[in-house]
Amino acid sequence: MDITFLLNGETVDLAGVDPTATLLDWLREERGLTGTKEGCNEGDCGACTVMVTDEDGAKALNACILFLPQLHGKAVRTVEGASGPGGQMHPVQKAMVEHHGSQCGFCTPGFVMSMVASHTNGATDHDTQLAGNLCRCTGYAPIIRAAQAVEGTPVPDWIETDKSFLLPEISRGQVEDRGAEPPSSRFLPRNADELAEIYAAHPDATLVAGATDVGLWVTKQLRDLDPVIFLSGCEDLKEIVITEDTMRFGAMVDMNRMGDALNDQHPSYAEMIRRYASVQVRHAATVGGNIANGSPIGDNPPALIALGATLHLRKGDTRRDLPLEDFFIDYGKQDLHPGEFVETVSFPRQADRLKCYKLSKRFDQDISAVCGCFNITISDGTVSEARIAFGGMAGIPKRASTVEAALIGKPWSTETVQAAVPAFGADFTPLTDMRASAEYRLETAKAMLERYFAEDQGEAVNVLEVSA
Amino acid sequence: MSVTKPLPHDAAPLHVTGSARYVDDIPTPKGALHLAFGLSPIAKGRITAMDLSDVKAAPGVVMVMTAEDLPFTNDVSPSIHDEPLLSDGTVNYIGQPVFLVVATSHLAARKAAQLGKVEYTEETPILTIEEALAADSRFEEGPRIYEKGDAEAAISAAPRVIEASFELGGQEHFYLEGQAALAVPNEGDMLVHSSTQHPTEIQHKVAEALGVPMHAVRVETRRMGGGFGGKESQGNALAVSCAIAARATGKACKMRYDRDDDMVITGKRHAFRIAYRAGFDEEGRIQGVSFLHHAICGWAQDLSLPVADRAMLHSDNAYLLPNARIESHRLKTNTQSATAYRGFGGPQGMVGIERVMDHAAHELGLDPAELRRRNYYAAPSQGGAAPQAPRSISKKVKNTTPYGMEVEDFELHEMTEALLASSDYAARKEAVARWNAENRVVKKGIAFSPVKFGISFTLTHLNQAGALVHVYQDGSVHLNHGGTEMGQGLFQKVAQVAASRFGIPLDLVKITATDTAKVPNTSATAASSGSDLNGMAVKAACDTVRDRMAEFLAERHQADAGSVRFAEGHVEVGEARYSFAEAAALVYQGRVSLSATGFYKTPKIEWDRIKGHGRPFYYFAYGASVTEVAVDTLTGENRILRTDILHDAGASLNPALDVGQVEGGYVQGAGWLTTEELVWDDMGRLHTHAPSTYKIPACSDRPDVFNVALWDGENRENTIYRSKAVGEPPFMLGISAWLALSDAVAACGAAYPALNAPATAEEVWRGIRRVKGG
Repeated sequence: MDITFLLNGETVDLAGVDPTATLLDWLREERGLTGTKEGCNEGDCGACTVMVTDEDGAKALNACILFLPQLHGKAVRTVEGASGPGGQMHPVQKAMVEHHGSQCGFCTPGFVMSMVASHTNGATDHDTQLAGNLCRCTGYAPIIRAAQAVEGTPVPDWIETDKSFLLPEISRGQVEDRGAEPPSSRFLPRNADELAEIYAAHPDATLVAGATDVGLWVTKQLRDLDPVIFLSGCEDLKEIVITEDTMRFGAMVDMNRMGDALNDQHPSYAEMIRRYASVQVRHAATVGGNIANGSPIGDNPPALIALGATLHLRKGDTRRDLPLEDFFIDYGKQDLHPGEFVETVSFPRQADRLKCYKLSKRFDQDISAVCGCFNITISDGTVSEARIAFGGMAGIPKRASTVEAALIGKPWSTETVQAAVPAFGADFTPLTDMRASAEYRLETAKAMLERYFAEDQGEAVNVLEVSA
Repeated sequence: MSVTKPLPHDAAPLHVTGSARYVDDIPTPKGALHLAFGLSPIAKGRITAMDLSDVKAAPGVVMVMTAEDLPFTNDVSPSIHDEPLLSDGTVNYIGQPVFLVVATSHLAARKAAQLGKVEYTEETPILTIEEALAADSRFEEGPRIYEKGDAEAAISAAPRVIEASFELGGQEHFYLEGQAALAVPNEGDMLVHSSTQHPTEIQHKVAEALGVPMHAVRVETRRMGGGFGGKESQGNALAVSCAIAARATGKACKMRYDRDDDMVITGKRHAFRIAYRAGFDEEGRIQGVSFLHHAICGWAQDLSLPVADRAMLHSDNAYLLPNARIESHRLKTNTQSATAYRGFGGPQGMVGIERVMDHAAHELGLDPAELRRRNYYAAPSQGGAAPQAPRSISKKVKNTTPYGMEVEDFELHEMTEALLASSDYAARKEAVARWNAENRVVKKGIAFSPVKFGISFTLTHLNQAGALVHVYQDGSVHLNHGGTEMGQGLFQKVAQVAASRFGIPLDLVKITATDTAKVPNTSATAASSGSDLNGMAVKAACDTVRDRMAEFLAERHQADAGSVRFAEGHVEVGEARYSFAEAAALVYQGRVSLSATGFYKTPKIEWDRIKGHGRPFYYFAYGASVTEVAVDTLTGENRILRTDILHDAGASLNPALDVGQVEGGYVQGAGWLTTEELVWDDMGRLHTHAPSTYKIPACSDRPDVFNVALWDGENRENTIYRSKAVGEPPFMLGISAWLALSDAVAACGAAYPALNAPATAEEVWRGIRRVKGG
């Protein structure tokens, strides 16, 4: 594949790119830019963080699970390019030195780039911005002091120039596969129509959206992907459409954008997304990918199911809709035909009664042991509607239908909640794994219903909202 | 003077710009090759057949080696030669290296390593304490036992007795830079770049493996991306592999573990089960305590004996135990060989006694901080009697540890007083009680815990260090010593010492990579000893050169050598004042050597680890912390709200770097006892082998409010500028987070929470069920 992007202010044209070459390996091995580090090779430590600027602005991304074709038409900045052309340090770099933000220094380039990205965007929610960067030495306190010290300072000129590079006409353009033997097996469609046509013709292809999952097939399972279709050029799949009665998200909407869009309508959902992976992963991870990969522990499907979401699938020119919960058939098995892909997902606008409870060993950047999403409507003191869905409790994201039935039509009271709790045992038989025991999963699922009720009654239930 | 200044880490400008070079960043010679191991998928058994033809045929593969292909010693053990580099036919854990792939790229080597067809006869692995005890699978012939007085009699006679057993999990180091080595062959000799805390050990093992004298191997280590004990012995396998492959191919060879491989192959902190029985009087004064330690050591001995010893040596922590018995079993299991990790067993031993104090306070209904103070060692000025409340026993109790060492420097009375005041402990404890009375779902807890940590290698001969210092004729200084830099700021601290000895600005001192050709026979940079040992060795070297300069200049000016002053970048002799550069040039022209070695060995220490008696430590480092937490009692989810720390770094060489060690150590210690859970299945497979499943603290897990201060004092022993070691001790301040969780859980019911560690959300939830009697 032939691609063009900006690297630290210089245009790079690459011909015959291996479609699954990661940016990290390319930087380190081909360009000799060894400032960007490999810490885990799976997007969980942030040592490889780089800043990528595209139409949506500057984003921190993990270079270890970022394939080169995903960069087409964008501007990349590594730690070496955080400093100015004359070698002058970025304010973030200076502050990190002054506040003793580095000890062993290995995580530091990744932190610096996350901080450069948030500095560029004016973001000051540092705990969230840095949740995807692990440091084992400092205990984070001096890094936060450094991040606070540069709040509001001007963005250096050399960083600003990345914006002017953006070549939407290129990023949206078909990538020529001049080097490959025909017929080509590597594709970068420009829109959903092209994608539909190509995928229908190559139903065995691997679709790469954000590569936060597929990336690990390559870096950890050492798989070769061929044929492969990159969706990053499909601008029309990145649309969020909010009407009076519906919210609709294109498959290529990244999770940060989805979270932002939900802030006002469903704040608990948005807060759950804030804790979904990290900024870097959310910039890459997509709504469609998170549904299509069929993970039983993805956090988005249970929330969407609780909101009554409809999945919009497409194959060629044929489209079909189905309730999201029906898409998940069994572990690893979805109602998805060869050549068919997720185009959008939508749910009805509704009064906010949704609470999303993500339970994991660590608050940030952790996969849920249990993710419980409760959407319970009360009319005149009686439960009129209940949609409750869980991740981590079965082989698929699954509704708690028996629990719902035990609530609907009953008075909204402690007694009703207590009477409904045993129904969880009828809905779920969870597993024991390294994240949690079966017993803990089942009992905390029950506890989440109690928490929903307690929260509804105005009790303090959130340890994240308590201070010393 | 340069010492005592809060200067940034010497490499900070390199770190933040990405120019600091780690092993994998060093440009390799053209044609360099890359290595990967094929690993055992079973925990115990014998290899019956090995077909590596697919591995050899894989793209990019240059060579595949098994144990039979190794030219000399097949061993990478740092202790008793029980750790073959490549399986000798038996396999002992899932992840043990079985064969070695040499290929043209890292990826090619990793891919090929998946293709080996190895057949095994499987045997039942030993994975648990029960299984190991049943099979008498252990290191050493039996348990080690250290005793003081008659613990059993004292406990039996005590009015209040507590007894319990708990599990204490291990810990993955999670250094951000994985293990890595690069070997470059040269005229039959070998240059090895290794991410190691112990270059001399790498040199030793590589020489053994190549069948050459140590002089034919040079090891260089500029920096590590974190060590924490995980690079004391665990780098041997990579360095030896690279050297063997480099010898065999004539090419430079590099090896780095992918993160998952790193976590599956390398050792971790020892998991313990600790059973205790303790007797107290009604005022909470301990009469006697008995500990039973079961340490899970994994398949090879590695450093397990001194680790388990150090756990025993910290079973007193800050408390004068009139009668104590500590029995320690070192169990051999079919898991990764547990290894050094910050604190080296000390944290496990300390958690044991802190658990006893917490349990006793709950049992007696006393404030846990007050109960702790009643049991402290006596302060030096108090002549052996504990000050808070005189002991009820009439005979004078000597201020000695269970291993017979007198505690001469106990500082915790004053430090505790100061910390409890600065953290507003008493008022906050009341506020926590009020909160808990008013809130049903979220409960709070607060806890205080002290640290007394022994400083010195318990293997006495390791307490030595060397240095090499050159002054060039332009007055610039080249500094080298045996210590390694892993982020702790050792190089900067030692450079500050050198600059201070010569009275010159720090930028005249060039810090250089640790190099076995410059300073030989070094000890690992471990046991918190780095700046104590190397600082003194560098001081000795600098003083040798300085004395020569002084003598020469004094003679020239007919002055007394003792009156020559080195300060502010100048040398003053009588009326004359030279810049340091002018002085160096003069001395050079006077044909006086401007280069010297320095050497240091720790005084006063002697230790018999079999008898459990002597003075293993030169001195103790102290610290104290107060942590407040919040717990969601529905799910056990919890977080740290506030932490206050007062830590004793003696007269700090660099307060900024020392505070960094304290902050980082606390968070790492709290992580060990809360979210960091290692999970093996019943086949012996580690399921938490990546950051996706093994959760070290993230940014938001640090305390919301984090007040850290250094205790203003100096070491009573004659250490480098009266400073104290600071690498490991703060790690154990994290114990207060675990105790605070216990306090919060205790608010849910009458019973004692009896938390295991790590206290994950699930374990806290179980504790809540226990106290509710569910």
